[in-house]
Amino acid sequence: MNTTIMLFLLQDGITNGAIYALLGLALVLVFAVTRVILIPQGEFVTYGALTYASLASGQMPGTAKLALAMGIVAFAFDLFVARKALHGRLILRSVLANIVLPAIVLAVTLYFAGQKPPVAVCIALSLLIVAMIGLFLYRIAFQPLAHTSVLVLLIASVGVHLALQGLGLLFFGAEGQRGPAVLSGAFTAGSLRFTGQSLTVYGITIAFIVGLWLFFGLTLYGKALRATAVNRLGARLAGIRTTLSGQIAFLLASVIGALSGIMIVPITTLYYDSGFLIGLKGFVAAIIGGLVSYPLTAVAALVVGIVEAFSSFYASNYKEVIVFMLLIPVLLLRSLAAPAVEEEKD
Amino acid sequence: MQSRLPILIFAALMAAIPFVPGMPPFWIVLLDNIGLTALVAMGLVLLTGVGGLTSFGQAAFVGFGAYTTAVLTTTYGLSPWLTLPLSLVVSGLLAVLLGLVTVRLSGHYLPLGTLAWGLGLFYLFSKLEFLGRNDGISAIPPLSIGAFKMLSPGSIYYAIWVAVIISALLTMNLLDSRTGRAIRALRRGHVAAEAFGVQTPRAKMLVFIHAAVLAGLSGWLYAHLQRAVNPTPFGAQAGIEYLFIAVVGGAGYVWGGVLGAAIVVILKEVLQSYLPLILPGSGQVETIVFGIMLVALLQLAPGGVWPWLMSFLPEATGGKKPDTSLKLEQRPRAAGQSSVLLQVEKARKQFGGVIAVNNVSFDVQAREIVALIGPNGAGKSTTFNLITGVLSATSGSISVLGKKVDRAPPQEIVKLGIARTFQHVKLVPDMTVLENVAIGTHLRGHSGPISSMLRLDRADEAKLLAEAARQIERVGLADQMHQLAGSLSLGQQRIVEIARALCVDPMLLLLDEPAAGLRHMEKQQLAKLLRELRDGGMSVLLVEHDMGFVMNLADRIVVLDFGTKIAEGTPATIKTNPEVIKAYLGVAA
Repeated sequence: MNTTIMLFLLQDGITNGAIYALLGLALVLVFAVTRVILIPQGEFVTYGALTYASLASGQMPGTAKLALAMGIVAFAFDLFVARKALHGRLILRSVLANIVLPAIVLAVTLYFAGQKPPVAVCIALSLLIVAMIGLFLYRIAFQPLAHTSVLVLLIASVGVHLALQGLGLLFFGAEGQRGPAVLSGAFTAGSLRFTGQSLTVYGITIAFIVGLWLFFGLTLYGKALRATAVNRLGARLAGIRTTLSGQIAFLLASVIGALSGIMIVPITTLYYDSGFLIGLKGFVAAIIGGLVSYPLTAVAALVVGIVEAFSSFYASNYKEVIVFMLLIPVLLLRSLAAPAVEEEKD
Repeated sequence: MQSRLPILIFAALMAAIPFVPGMPPFWIVLLDNIGLTALVAMGLVLLTGVGGLTSFGQAAFVGFGAYTTAVLTTTYGLSPWLTLPLSLVVSGLLAVLLGLVTVRLSGHYLPLGTLAWGLGLFYLFSKLEFLGRNDGISAIPPLSIGAFKMLSPGSIYYAIWVAVIISALLTMNLLDSRTGRAIRALRRGHVAAEAFGVQTPRAKMLVFIHAAVLAGLSGWLYAHLQRAVNPTPFGAQAGIEYLFIAVVGGAGYVWGGVLGAAIVVILKEVLQSYLPLILPGSGQVETIVFGIMLVALLQLAPGGVWPWLMSFLPEATGGKKPDTSLKLEQRPRAAGQSSVLLQVEKARKQFGGVIAVNNVSFDVQAREIVALIGPNGAGKSTTFNLITGVLSATSGSISVLGKKVDRAPPQEIVKLGIARTFQHVKLVPDMTVLENVAIGTHLRGHSGPISSMLRLDRADEAKLLAEAARQIERVGLADQMHQLAGSLSLGQQRIVEIARALCVDPMLLLLDEPAAGLRHMEKQQLAKLLRELRDGGMSVLLVEHDMGFVMNLADRIVVLDFGTKIAEGTPATIKTNPEVIKAYLGVAA
């Protein structure tokens, strides 16, 4: 085997693995806090990526309108739930969060849409739009189901995935898009070439992992989230609003997803339906991490990325087979290691 | 279960549909698809809704069935009727293989594991040369009987719906049997089922295979309906779709699977054909609307549509009371019974640094009621779990009738004639009291799944239910026999657990806080019952906090404190024991 090829594949694998790590972290986070297995995580990726690419190429992304539409529905849900005890402040807050904010973002997007704004503006707008979609998504689809079983949440998650993917086709068309590099330039070290883009990927992944670690370890909100994850009822009794925890989890997941998308769209062409498979690989990592452990998930994601890179070189036909079959030995090990009786409650 | 009449009517209706004059052929195609989908969904109902095992991989089993017949009929020229059993066997065998890996996974690992192999197998289908890669296999021969070839959707219609109705009947028969009760108990965790001798891994494997075989049957029919197969309908998306069909219909109900299939297939068709008229434009508008409707449906009826519909029907007025004159043979007693039933010697259990049970020794003699008391956290329930094999002791030994049982699993302990109840009630709330209690008879019946499906188990089953009914009457809950266990008060549920334990025909009954939640009168009745049992030759070991109850009932009392035995003796001596008073009241007497 050629060392250059090996190093190249390794580098490629690590870049992809870093993205999978971020997605895996988001999945773990959302599952732990809300028990939702977030299949639409992949849609956050494509929405972020394609919104960014559209903006950068001077088009108006439909996602901005979607955010406003979802905001209006979320507002209606808020009103309906609080119909017995409506008061001014509540309505005002709901209007501000659900309607005024996305309306402002839509206006700003419309303003910039025709004129190919700078990369930073594109990134900021894409993140903002997808973050709002994530937040409203929780309000509309999952908050009303918060008390149901994991299975029902999972099926709802599938429904959301289908709807969002269909909307993605509507907004971005069937053709793939690429976006401009976040950080251009490159340098060579030995036989390896590091692009600014891949360095950005590493940097942001590490920043996020450290950031999440600090957030969960040190801040009150982070601790509230962890408490919700461990015991919903207990958290509520301690005065933690589990709804708020769910919102934060979805907000983080959508931001992470969108950011991942923005980072890969300069490297790979993304289509409206690319997100599903990318998200699933994050999934594989998350499962290897047992859906609870962040560091293990990050390591597993790197392994998934590297395995994928090598198998696409040696057996490209069986690339996906190999990646998904990677899970079987892991699951086997897990079930051998922990045959303990676990009482499930739904 | 319910009478067969609705099913007969349904079958007659389905048989008549193709004869309705002017029936558009397209509708028949739809019904074919509904039938194919319903078969898979029915398997999932058993697997997911009843057994609690979520699988995203069912589409892969459809693929196994379809590809098996496709390869064998085209490459090797076998007759489709010959490939039917082969397709089912291939699906079943691969289910065993995949099941060995995944079925033991608990909680969310299982769905994700099935998703993983579902995806992997899909890519495998589309890459393997002999399966025709992405193009698949075409020119599959149609099903034929003599010279009659089932070429049109209308002719294979009967094959499909006969398969659906037979499968539904077999599945319902299975659920309404000894094996079925074991399967239905799975969803609520293993401990209770295992305490009555259910081999939970085997039960899980069984439903897994059952669901896979149904999916394989659907695949076989699909291959001969389409007369061509390609990987697309066996992918992860399809696997996910099957699951939500089951959930939408009502995952706990066999007919929910059929209903869900009808709803989803028709909904998709309607959306695909009419939506573009209302909302012209490119894109998958129907997918969007479909996804949104799915979420809305779940928010409106999280339990599925079938139970929601059923709630409009007048409630069935109780089941038939089993004929209690049927006798179940007594469990064979160990020969040469020694007078010491249970001997606990220096049993010790450590959880990390915590010593929950610290070298505790005591015994239970024949015809004796022994009470295990002590403040909260004294290690009483842990001792119970050590005796019944739920936990294994760190050191020390436990013997039953002089035989050591240290490492025996719960299923073996119960075979020795030791039955128990639980501190936290472990009943299946959506099963009737009778069905719950009948789980206790599990080891005394011997009908397997196949005979249950074919209804060859009725004689055996009637005896088991008769025994269950007798024990329910014995504990005084005859009026509640056909109510759902979840609808009873907590105290009554504890009594149901006692009836279930009695169904084992035990020589030693282990009761964990049986009197908690009972009213005064009920406690007196319970004490009377326990005395009767003792006088009939049974021994009882009970954990209890109600001192009045214990002191009046027990022959002997063992007191634990912080995992250590501090006293043992008759109620009278325990009452005055200074150590005991200190442990309970915290002051030196």
